[in-house]
Amino acid sequence: MSLFTRLAEKSWEPKSDRDLPPDRPSAGAVGLSAYVAVACVMFSLLVAAYVMRMGLHSAMGHMGSDWVPMPDPPLLWINSAVLVGSSIAWEVARRARAQGRAVRASIAGAALGLCFLIGQWMLWRHYQAAGYYLAANPANAFFYLLTALHGVHIMGGLGAAGWALIGGNIRHIRLCALYWHFLLVIWILLAGLLVST
Amino acid sequence: MATTLADDLRPLHHPRSWLTKYVWSQDHKVIAIQYSVTAILIGVVALILSALMRLQLGFPGLFPSIQPDNYLQFVSMHGMIMVVYLLTALLLGGFGNYLIPLMVGARDMVFPFVNMLSYWLYLLSVIVLVAGFFVPGGPTGAGWTLYPPQAITEGTPGHQWGIATMLVSLAIFVAAFTMGGLNYVTTVLQARTKGMTLMRMPLSVWGIFTASIMGLLAFPALFVAAIMMLFDHFAGTSFFMPTMQSMGRITPTEGGSPLLFQHLFWFFGHPEVYIVALPAFGIVSDLISVHARRNIFGYRMMVWAIVIIGALSFVVWAHHMYVSGMNPYFGFFFATSTLIIAIPTAIKVYNWLLTLWRGNIHMRVPMLFAIAFIFTFIHGGLSGLFLGNVSVDVPLSDTFFVVAHFHMVMGVSPVLVIFGAIYHWYPKIFGRMWNETLGKLHFWITFLGVYAIFLPMHYLGILGVPRRYYALGETAFIPESVHLANEWITIAALIVFAAQGLFFFNMIWSLFRGPRADPNPWGAASLEWLTPQTPPAHGNWGPHLPVVYRWAYDYSVPGAARDFIPQTEPRA
Repeated sequence: MSLFTRLAEKSWEPKSDRDLPPDRPSAGAVGLSAYVAVACVMFSLLVAAYVMRMGLHSAMGHMGSDWVPMPDPPLLWINSAVLVGSSIAWEVARRARAQGRAVRASIAGAALGLCFLIGQWMLWRHYQAAGYYLAANPANAFFYLLTALHGVHIMGGLGAAGWALIGGNIRHIRLCALYWHFLLVIWILLAGLLVST
Repeated sequence: MATTLADDLRPLHHPRSWLTKYVWSQDHKVIAIQYSVTAILIGVVALILSALMRLQLGFPGLFPSIQPDNYLQFVSMHGMIMVVYLLTALLLGGFGNYLIPLMVGARDMVFPFVNMLSYWLYLLSVIVLVAGFFVPGGPTGAGWTLYPPQAITEGTPGHQWGIATMLVSLAIFVAAFTMGGLNYVTTVLQARTKGMTLMRMPLSVWGIFTASIMGLLAFPALFVAAIMMLFDHFAGTSFFMPTMQSMGRITPTEGGSPLLFQHLFWFFGHPEVYIVALPAFGIVSDLISVHARRNIFGYRMMVWAIVIIGALSFVVWAHHMYVSGMNPYFGFFFATSTLIIAIPTAIKVYNWLLTLWRGNIHMRVPMLFAIAFIFTFIHGGLSGLFLGNVSVDVPLSDTFFVVAHFHMVMGVSPVLVIFGAIYHWYPKIFGRMWNETLGKLHFWITFLGVYAIFLPMHYLGILGVPRRYYALGETAFIPESVHLANEWITIAALIVFAAQGLFFFNMIWSLFRGPRADPNPWGAASLEWLTPQTPPAHGNWGPHLPVVYRWAYDYSVPGAARDFIPQTEPRA
């Protein structure tokens, strides 16, 4: 039943809902999709700001640009691999039929997520040590801002995972896995942006 | 996993003590009242600020305690409080919370705990906002738009701590709203009772639902802008801060783009206008239909118009930036998209008028406010046509014409609907009736008063009187009559200000002394009037959820026994 059919219903006519089966998606799935939309808007706006700020100097006709790209240390790739591994573990949990397997896989996924966060922290320390301070350049500022916001979302995901594991509810574990995949996609796009500019 | 009824999902959270029943409550009705009371209290603060501004404008220099810095702080705080902390919170947090579950036939919101959290975060954001009045330097005086670089540069009132409390408060508010908004959207999509198809929902729910989606998509822009400005302010980054001299010194920031902030701010700011307007559109449709005893004219068109207005409002934001120095070609695009919104909006206005046409109109207080809304909304909408055109907007920018326009269209209009809605649903919320005479007195003073305030402002604007000025001083193009008009506006504003006392007295007095209300005093057909108890008890519906057989607008149906048929009545 398409949305357009539902919105075309002539509700004032008798028997108007005759052909409309009930549409009841799970509340968690609807809530999660809505939140994913919110986070997508937030990260898209940041990316738009990133691109606009990056090209500003040349657009305004100034000589050169104040944008100095950051190097890509190996840690960036290691962290990304850890997050991919984490997502794979969550996918195993999502597909598991037995609850025990789902719980074990999601614990592995969450642990790898924690490793990713620690890795990101080490990445920050690495950049700090190399002199790439927050206020030194807009490229640095955007890097710290984007990774921080992504990290906060990972923390939220870990909190939700803990809550799902305590409850032992397999439906919640599946929702957590979907959220984790979303964060992986966001990270791949962000890392792609940071590496390519 | 699909379930057939929200009813069967899980047991409700039952309050066990006084604290969990009235303070940390997860019941949508209690949360709605908490949201509304908080929003109205902070709204009164903003109202007092506006009275102080008017005193300064009408009688400059008469009150030596109002200095230029204070005046700018009043302007900024008044604007931000009214738009975000009063209107958004009251229409979505208050009415959204109360009406959505009752109107769609649910027991509560889908995520009651998150709903409770949403209120407490909102309260925290209000407390942080109010803290701005007490930090060194006072609240920010940067205008409600908070444009950098001036918002965080020496010389602007509250540039050190006032702006920080404002930005932090906004970030908390966005988090609170997101929690609430997820609930409203999910409840509408997931928890409608049997037979309540999307197109059988009352227009109030449609307005609130669409506005919630818009809020979820627009508030992240404000969040991002606030976080980035906090970085610029405290960490010395240059997202928005350009190379500049301040107080004779070159600032350490360089290369940032103030225009970037304006884009982010208005990407939130324009949808925000409709986040406030759409719930008002929905509610006013229901008030008009109930009190005119007629089905709403063009229901489907009304729903589609709400959705189309919501979508279009995301592609018009730069009409707030015609004089910002952005690419002039943008102006052409944004003027066009702005004027296109007039089409669905006009459809709505015509449909309200056609609902009234040959209706059995009962001039009760809620209806008076609803009809008054049509006046002020048409009025504010028409002046919007002037400002939407780049060539007309440029000379009118930053004049009192703009102040008059947006107060008419998104200040007075939604507030009139809010008053109408409170009078309309008060008997259901508290089980008591208010005093009709006081209500009518409140209405007439408010309605005529707002015209006395805002109509002359259009003329001031056309004369070129600038907004946000502490005093006009000796200016060649400003004639003596401007000062006279300012005195008149101030006196009218003070009368309207005082008249709100009638409303508060009526509401509070009726709470204890008002006569017991009938469960359905207006003879309305929608579900919220059909609860087994008035006020509705925890869980709303008793042992069984209502089943819906028809839309919410079966009024004056030929051949029917009464002049309305409740949504729960099966078809013959």
